[in-house]
Amino acid sequence: MTAEVRTDRPAHGGLRAWLLAETVTSPAQARAQKLYLGWRRFASNPLALIGLGIVVTLILLAIFAPLVATHDPFAQSLDRRLLPPSGAHWLGTDELGRDIWSRIAYGARITLMIVLLVALIAAPLGLLIGTVAGYLGGWVDVALMRLVDVFLSFPGLILALAFVAALGSGLENAIIAIALTAWPPIARLARAETLTVRRADYIAAVRLAGASDLRIIVRHIMPICIPSVIIRITLNMAGIILTAAGLGFLGLGAQPPSPEWGAMLSTGRAYMLGSWWLAAMPGIAILVVSLGFNLLGDALRDVLDPRAS
Amino acid sequence: MRRLAGEVFRQASAVGISLFGLLAITFFIGRMLPLDPVIAVIGDDAPQSTYDMVYRELGLDRPLWEQFAIYVGKVLQGDFGVALNTSNRVADDLLRVFPATVELATVSIIIGVGLGIPFGVIAAVHRGKMIDHIVRVVGLIGYSAPNFWLGLMGLVVFYAMLGWVGGPGRVSVFYIDMIEPRTGFLLIDSLLENEPDVFWSAVEHIILPASILGYSSTAYIARMTRSFMLEQLSQEYVITARVKGLSRARVVWRHAFPNIMVQLVTVIALAYAFLLEGAVLTETVFAWPGFGRYLTLGLLAGDMNVVLACTLIVGLTFIVLNLISDILYRLLDPRTR
Repeated sequence: MTAEVRTDRPAHGGLRAWLLAETVTSPAQARAQKLYLGWRRFASNPLALIGLGIVVTLILLAIFAPLVATHDPFAQSLDRRLLPPSGAHWLGTDELGRDIWSRIAYGARITLMIVLLVALIAAPLGLLIGTVAGYLGGWVDVALMRLVDVFLSFPGLILALAFVAALGSGLENAIIAIALTAWPPIARLARAETLTVRRADYIAAVRLAGASDLRIIVRHIMPICIPSVIIRITLNMAGIILTAAGLGFLGLGAQPPSPEWGAMLSTGRAYMLGSWWLAAMPGIAILVVSLGFNLLGDALRDVLDPRAS
Repeated sequence: MRRLAGEVFRQASAVGISLFGLLAITFFIGRMLPLDPVIAVIGDDAPQSTYDMVYRELGLDRPLWEQFAIYVGKVLQGDFGVALNTSNRVADDLLRVFPATVELATVSIIIGVGLGIPFGVIAAVHRGKMIDHIVRVVGLIGYSAPNFWLGLMGLVVFYAMLGWVGGPGRVSVFYIDMIEPRTGFLLIDSLLENEPDVFWSAVEHIILPASILGYSSTAYIARMTRSFMLEQLSQEYVITARVKGLSRARVVWRHAFPNIMVQLVTVIALAYAFLLEGAVLTETVFAWPGFGRYLTLGLLAGDMNVVLACTLIVGLTFIVLNLISDILYRLLDPRTR
């Protein structure tokens, strides 16, 4: 396949010409062209690039936290407490003399973990419920979609609060609670996608070949829905981060001394009037990361559906 | 007429099913482990005999469906049990705290509508220009900022440093409980009692939390207005009107804007509902004696009666607001008749 593509590539122009060629000679080229055009539309929007930059920075910060942190995030030194931002402590120190920059760097790991775990729980759950409802139809569909409607009639934070109240506070329970509120929009999306393919010929062919409903759903319908589900969950990540920070702020999420940003903000609140940086810095971190995800999500939506912009 | 009756029936059954779902979810959350409802009532070190008695009294020895039926019956009578914090009936507490939240949310939505719609229209008209980008970025920041953090920073800057606004609470401590609640809305009650000092103190206190909540509504409303307006501006009737020589302002406000008003009703209803969610954290920051603070205090005390009642009330408010916006949609849009 690749050999064939190489011979078809024009002598002049190289990769760019291949990516923009009017006549496509292989499926690989068609796919590459689609990606490339999408990327060009994405990259022509400066806000999109900023969003991407922020999210990439968050990931790098989380991976390389031990390298970029200037101090031990848990090391207390009471003679250095409540120091304002300076050369030695870039973002100042907190009430126990811990370096705020280092804590924020390690906190990036927690934020990333929350987002990924919520996505890993909510996306498969929503995907399963949506595809089953859409494929089976009938009363199963009605019942499941009613359930989705009921969940959607609660604002996410309030439902998460109620779940945490019942489960008990803590980071793991906060993640479970947020995931329990994050699956309904995904289920609705997966159902809509399923409805467009359930009458397709290839599904009928698989069924004639004797495949069970379970096999059809898992092997032939779910893969179709996965790309849009991934995009949808990316769009929701800013909301997930804000909900997690809110739970942390109320003292229901990660517990001290964890450097979770919402929890840092919550302790910083007591020192707010004398030492504003304790509460300001983690808040700025939350704002920037959620802005990054929002910008990225906006741009992804523009690329995928140019009409809506 | 028969169509209308069918429509009413459809709506009513949808609301009924949603309500049933709300009750089922709150019941389920209330029965979730590991919080033992008996321990929550009697504490850790009560004797076994007390435990068994309360266990039976709470109806926990009966089958689950019977417990659910009892729960539904109680809720329908407005009985949510007693709050541990205040020792009052939860229903009475809710009646007391809800007006404070409604007052805050109403001032916020006025800010949100007053700023969001004009900015959204301006952004759409000047699409791709500087002003469009500014509205978009300011809006996205409003979306992305944790509003409890904005509240804290607002208090540091405008209350502690500049002294422009009142601090936490609904009114200055000197005036607390001075006004007999008639409507429950302090801004209105103080005027009815002819107490201008109290009124201004209340204004000073509400302006910061309402602006912060209003900011997130503004962001949402401006964004939706912009996208609705863009859709209208690309229609042929707009071009025709322009070709006929009408001014741009007239085309935008007299021709295009009425067409998006119907859609905006839904958006505003939804924005109002989301203010309830924002209120939970904002009220905590501002010590605002409303529903959100009541919920968080109940939550921190591990009081499931309060948490479940508040969750139900929010769900109910969402359903009602959805219903109202649905009805308004039908009334305002002649095409749906």
